[in-house]
Amino acid sequence: MSEILEKLAYCIEFGKINKESPYPPDMKGQDGADEYTKQAIDQGVSANDILQQGLVVGMQKVGVKFRENKIFVPQVLMSAKAMSTAMVHLKPFFQSGEVERKGKFVIGTVAGDLHDIGKNLVSMMVEGAGWEVIDLGVDVNSAKFVETIDSNPDCIVGLSAMLTTTMTNMEGIVKEIKEKYPAQIVIIGGAPLNDEFRSEIGADFYSPDPQGAIEYINALT
Amino acid sequence: MGKITDALKSGKILFSDGAWGTFLHRKGLTPGECPEEWNLSHRKEVLDIANSYIKAGSDMIETNSFGGNRYKLKHYGLENKVTVLNEAAAGISREAAGNEHFVLGSVGPTGVILMMGEVSPEEVYEAFKEQVIALEKGGADAIIVETMSDIDEAVLAVRAAKENTLCEVICTMTFEKTIDGDYRTMMGIGPDEIISPLSKAGADIIGSNCGNGTEGMVEILKIFRSVDKNIPLIIQGNAGMPKYLKGKTVFLESPSETASFIPEMILNGINIIGGCCGTTPEHIKEMVKEARNL
Repeated sequence: MSEILEKLAYCIEFGKINKESPYPPDMKGQDGADEYTKQAIDQGVSANDILQQGLVVGMQKVGVKFRENKIFVPQVLMSAKAMSTAMVHLKPFFQSGEVERKGKFVIGTVAGDLHDIGKNLVSMMVEGAGWEVIDLGVDVNSAKFVETIDSNPDCIVGLSAMLTTTMTNMEGIVKEIKEKYPAQIVIIGGAPLNDEFRSEIGADFYSPDPQGAIEYINALT
Repeated sequence: MGKITDALKSGKILFSDGAWGTFLHRKGLTPGECPEEWNLSHRKEVLDIANSYIKAGSDMIETNSFGGNRYKLKHYGLENKVTVLNEAAAGISREAAGNEHFVLGSVGPTGVILMMGEVSPEEVYEAFKEQVIALEKGGADAIIVETMSDIDEAVLAVRAAKENTLCEVICTMTFEKTIDGDYRTMMGIGPDEIISPLSKAGADIIGSNCGNGTEGMVEILKIFRSVDKNIPLIIQGNAGMPKYLKGKTVFLESPSETASFIPEMILNGINIIGGCCGTTPEHIKEMVKEARNL
């Protein structure tokens, strides 16, 4: 891996957004994900390598450390911010088709539930793993999920719920998706959930952390 | 009403109430409906919850205002109703509590993350200020800032309550057990780290709520007490982890199981005990009974 991509991966891992960003304190005044991505493009590094050997490598370390409780939500958010800053420079290459993504991931917090922190974490980390993410937001009903699958037939669907009272809505949404698309992969996550619940409602996979979800969907491709 | 901290001075253990959210759903609140709106549209049902905790033996009850800040209410298009909804919430609990019991005005998180820079600390402070003023006006004796995970947001809420009302201020944060076995909020702060900043902000009583059940709460209590021998502490645990049975979410920790942790809590210096998600008036009743038997 080239030195610049190593540096980029490091910035993603530790949430260094750009030169001005004061976070993390020990990297003050140094170039961040923003600068390194621009430099890499200028040096002729392919957008695909920037994504795969820079962003994906950095975010994967974030995902593993988060799963192991070595870091917490704030650090993940800073890394995600660094990643989205880098992504801005890669956008033209996504649009031109020069960079291929692993697939499409549709995510939303289920109907009746307005919590978005967990959903956003997964959304950003899946994007950082090289997927195109379609984020439907919070309070998403089954019709909206089905409609999105209609127009994105190869997607994988992720459902989030934070409240014990909205877990029940998850069951209905999984049912309606599977009724129309029996082979559709649906994965679930959220604070009150567990694998027993997943099997009860007929979803395909449950992960207690974003990295587990990424490993599962990566293995499907 | 006197002060809660004065009532605790004799060494007496006081009891707060149990869950409101899960109780409201049992009474017909549907997911996606605004719980605080029920203070106006279903006043009788909300009053009934407050009354049932007083009847169960609670010395203090909360208000149906957990999500009553402008950020949360905005999801329902009710961001301009902060004052009327919170005043009504405190009024209902005041009616049930009379003059013998304390009313704690419930203040939950805004749901916005300060460090992402979407909102400024000043804006969040203003939102809490608006809510606590209405709760005091409606009759709250104390403000309970609860279920916090971000210490900066918790400090803003405590300051807003201290600087704009005459209420006593309680603050609880929610911890999860990490794989290394210590306790952290989702934002990464531990029980040993919160007492100093919250006290400095003006919190009179500090503690922990929600989480994974009563057993972990005893461990968190021990950590609090190892840091501060004197500060009044409150614990309000969930009735275990939720389980999904036949299309319904249930909490399986029974009232007697919850009550079985009372002696250990008292031994470790607890001052106020109550419940969070899944706990019922029965849980409170059993806990009060257990404490009286000691």
